[in-house]
Amino acid sequence: MHSNPKLLIGLEVHVQLTKLKSKLFCPTPADYKKSPPNTHVCPVCLGLPGTLPAVNRKAIEYAIAVAKALNCEISDKLIFVRKHYFYPDLPKNYQISQYIGPGFTAIAKNGYVKIFVNGKTKIIRIRRINIEEDPGRILYIGSIEASPYSLIDYNRSGISLLEIVTEPDMTSPKEARAFLEKLIAILEYLGVTDPREEGAFRVDANISFEGFGRVEVKNIGSIKDVERALTYEIIRQKKIVEQGGKVERETRHWDPNKGITITLRSKEYEEDYRYFPDPDLPPMRIDKNFIEKISSALPELPDDRINRFVRQYSIDEYRATILVLNKWLANFFEEAAKIYSNYKKLADLLITDFLRWINEYELMPENLKVTPLHIVKLLKLWDEGVLSVKMVKELLPRVIKEGVDIETYVVSSGYMRISDREYLCKVIEEVIKENPKAVRDALSNPKAINYLVGLVMKKTESRADPQITKEIIQDYLNRLRMGGS
Amino acid sequence: MVNNVSYKYISMPIYKLLQEFKTDPMKVFDYLEHVYRVIESVETKIKAFITLMPQDAVSRRVETLIKESKGKIDSMKLFGIPIAVKDVISTKGIRTTCASRMLENYIPPYNATVIERLINEGSIIIGKTNMDEFAMGSTTETSAFYPTRNPWDLSRVPGGSSGGSAAAVSSGEAPIALGSDTGGSIRNPAAFCGIYGLKPTYGLVSRYGLIAYASSMDQIGPMARNTIDLAILLSIIAGHDPKDSTSLPIGSKNYVALVKELVYKEPKLRIGIIKELFENSDENVKVKAYKAVDKLCTYHECLTVSLPYGKQIVATYYIIAMAEASSNLARFDGVRYGLKVPFENKSWEEVYLEVRTKGFGYEVKKRVALGAYILSVGYRDMYYIRALKFRRILKETFDKIFRSVDVVVSPTMPILPPKLGEFFEDPIKIYLADINTVIANLIGIPAISIPVDFYNGLPIAIQIMSKQLTEEILLYLSMQLEEKTGFRNIIAEVH
Repeated sequence: MHSNPKLLIGLEVHVQLTKLKSKLFCPTPADYKKSPPNTHVCPVCLGLPGTLPAVNRKAIEYAIAVAKALNCEISDKLIFVRKHYFYPDLPKNYQISQYIGPGFTAIAKNGYVKIFVNGKTKIIRIRRINIEEDPGRILYIGSIEASPYSLIDYNRSGISLLEIVTEPDMTSPKEARAFLEKLIAILEYLGVTDPREEGAFRVDANISFEGFGRVEVKNIGSIKDVERALTYEIIRQKKIVEQGGKVERETRHWDPNKGITITLRSKEYEEDYRYFPDPDLPPMRIDKNFIEKISSALPELPDDRINRFVRQYSIDEYRATILVLNKWLANFFEEAAKIYSNYKKLADLLITDFLRWINEYELMPENLKVTPLHIVKLLKLWDEGVLSVKMVKELLPRVIKEGVDIETYVVSSGYMRISDREYLCKVIEEVIKENPKAVRDALSNPKAINYLVGLVMKKTESRADPQITKEIIQDYLNRLRMGGS
Repeated sequence: MVNNVSYKYISMPIYKLLQEFKTDPMKVFDYLEHVYRVIESVETKIKAFITLMPQDAVSRRVETLIKESKGKIDSMKLFGIPIAVKDVISTKGIRTTCASRMLENYIPPYNATVIERLINEGSIIIGKTNMDEFAMGSTTETSAFYPTRNPWDLSRVPGGSSGGSAAAVSSGEAPIALGSDTGGSIRNPAAFCGIYGLKPTYGLVSRYGLIAYASSMDQIGPMARNTIDLAILLSIIAGHDPKDSTSLPIGSKNYVALVKELVYKEPKLRIGIIKELFENSDENVKVKAYKAVDKLCTYHECLTVSLPYGKQIVATYYIIAMAEASSNLARFDGVRYGLKVPFENKSWEEVYLEVRTKGFGYEVKKRVALGAYILSVGYRDMYYIRALKFRRILKETFDKIFRSVDVVVSPTMPILPPKLGEFFEDPIKIYLADINTVIANLIGIPAISIPVDFYNGLPIAIQIMSKQLTEEILLYLSMQLEEKTGFRNIIAEVH
């Protein structure tokens, strides 16, 4: 590999519009995920002979809202094409989709998304957005190769899907991750999808070193796996190139269990999908007023909210971004900020220990026991000196998990910082008696006093006020010195 | 003539039958008895049906209908009227085969929109009629099961692809029928069998439940033995359907009232005679067709119009139809319904190959293969895109023609009904015979086939086309001609 060839990453993200009530082309309810196989189907989404598609207008509204939020140009015509390929999960053996070509176009193109990585803002361009129907699912017993048969479930068939295609503007797995986090946040803010629903979003990643063959890794199911798959591919491709080999243009499959990609098919032969406009769905004009109405009703989106957080709460873009990309966390922050004004301290607690424990306990944001008030009380006791930083960190998991009211708890358990001099003097006397050597060390070496402080902390289970403790010990040592013993 | 059959009854138009049935619902059973006597006598010779409902099943259906319709009978527009339905239209619980091995045992779980409307008006489906496989053909000979024969001459074809529907109506097996028309499939057999058939404006009748051949041209339409019956059936099946996105956003019309009003007012129209389409016809057809047109010209203003295209029209039609067919027929793979083959130890590709090899007949395979070729990268510009361009040119040509005339007229078919097997010898000739009828499908306008005369015992028909959504004009002229020729309620004598 000469010098360092540029790494190019482009993503194709498939997002189910899970918030729709019905499928894209039929009235069958869209909430299929908890239903037994092949119970969420009708003649249309099964592709029975003679059936015809009728567009779900709400899906078009959602697609336009997404296109607006991703800063795209929106087509003035809605045109669907048929994409032909034979596969048993595709009931008509063509997918009703969109494409840019002679006589047809995608619903939106030429947009962008801003991401924030390593302290810098970067633009990732969106090439196009398609709206299309999801195929059904094939289930295997074990692996594809080992399975004695395949089972097909058409519940998913006809679910509304957006395909969002980027330009190859990302140059690291970290950027890809930042892009996906931002994209998902935007979709969540728009209320068009619940990205945490299983299978709600799938990614195909295109990755290449400039001047070498492009590899497509298909069907990656989570942000974490995108990062892992890309990292694996970079190492694999680098090795090939360094050994003087050629990276083949091909499609690969990501195996999340083994953490590797494997060859699916070579791309020397480009599949011919025989695209042509679907004669069952005549082009529909997308009215300017219709677009206007949708864009004027858009909620506050992540970028606006980040800017507002920076302005309103005087926190930096880094903190604001982490908060805002977790919509529920940002809401939690804003609730707390109404009754607590050290915003930076609040933000810091939320984006570090708080978020870590939430993830640790695998808590669902929608049914947390902890409320903003709980956290504010904790912070206030900390500010007042009733609790030490160490105590706060120790108490936080219980507050989060059980929603413990910290004020009541502190009063009833007496769990608070000890700053009572009389009490501390007693403890310190005990420590000095038990550790004569440490006292001698402290007399000759001023730094060794900290060891004595530590012993006091240990005896009080970290509740002793370290400042006062130190003062008392210092006094004692001074007296000893003056006594000239 | 079949013994024990009242031909007065059998040949009665449905508007008269309706009056009888409404006065005495029990008469439905009498009528059905006669209909089934005819069927029993002629069906083995004609083979108009693929699936025939047994008489007792139909009788039970009528009993239920009478019970359920108490108090509503008067408002039902087809109360007790039997109908034959082309086997390309989805009927819930009744086998729907498209005359293909692929769907030989397919029983749909849903009704086409037109079927729902017929049932709501009290009509009784007596059977599903034979056709060319997946409506691909113009003789009913490509049916995977058996050909249908022309009731006027059993050695000849009934036309197609709705040949079963036409033969059933002309032989008295059913008073009315539904057909479908992609390039003439209603008008061609209507002409060959001596009945009336109408291809409505594209989008006037819902296609939901019509098993697609070429989606941008397919239309369901009525077939009958007189103009008023045609109008009655059209009034019921026409009108917007939200399940079909190509259905026009307009309600149905009372075509019977409109026709009667037009016949009463008798407006003078400008009739364009498409010279080339007469000149290209067989001499006997030409002479008889001109004679019929003369009957219109004594009252209306007739002028000659010119259509400067010939083979391009047919080529364009077949390119678009085959392209769409290749896509529409992709779903027949034996996975969810239709012909099954053992899956064990086979890849999906092998399963598809076997199912489609066994399930489709020669004509279907030919059109699907050509259609896939037409749409593939490297050829689509040469064929598909060029065809679409010509389609626009043709539309503009007719827009211009319709600025100087109200309707245009031609023979429906340029030939007399051929003998069985005759057409297989020359596939190009068979395609070229569609030239008169494919125009209306390419540009989405309505067209009617009106029987006007016989030559050597074989029916001859003319076709009239008009602007979009002016079906009542076609029905008006049909009615006028019907009065003049007396060609109404005629039943073929099957020998």
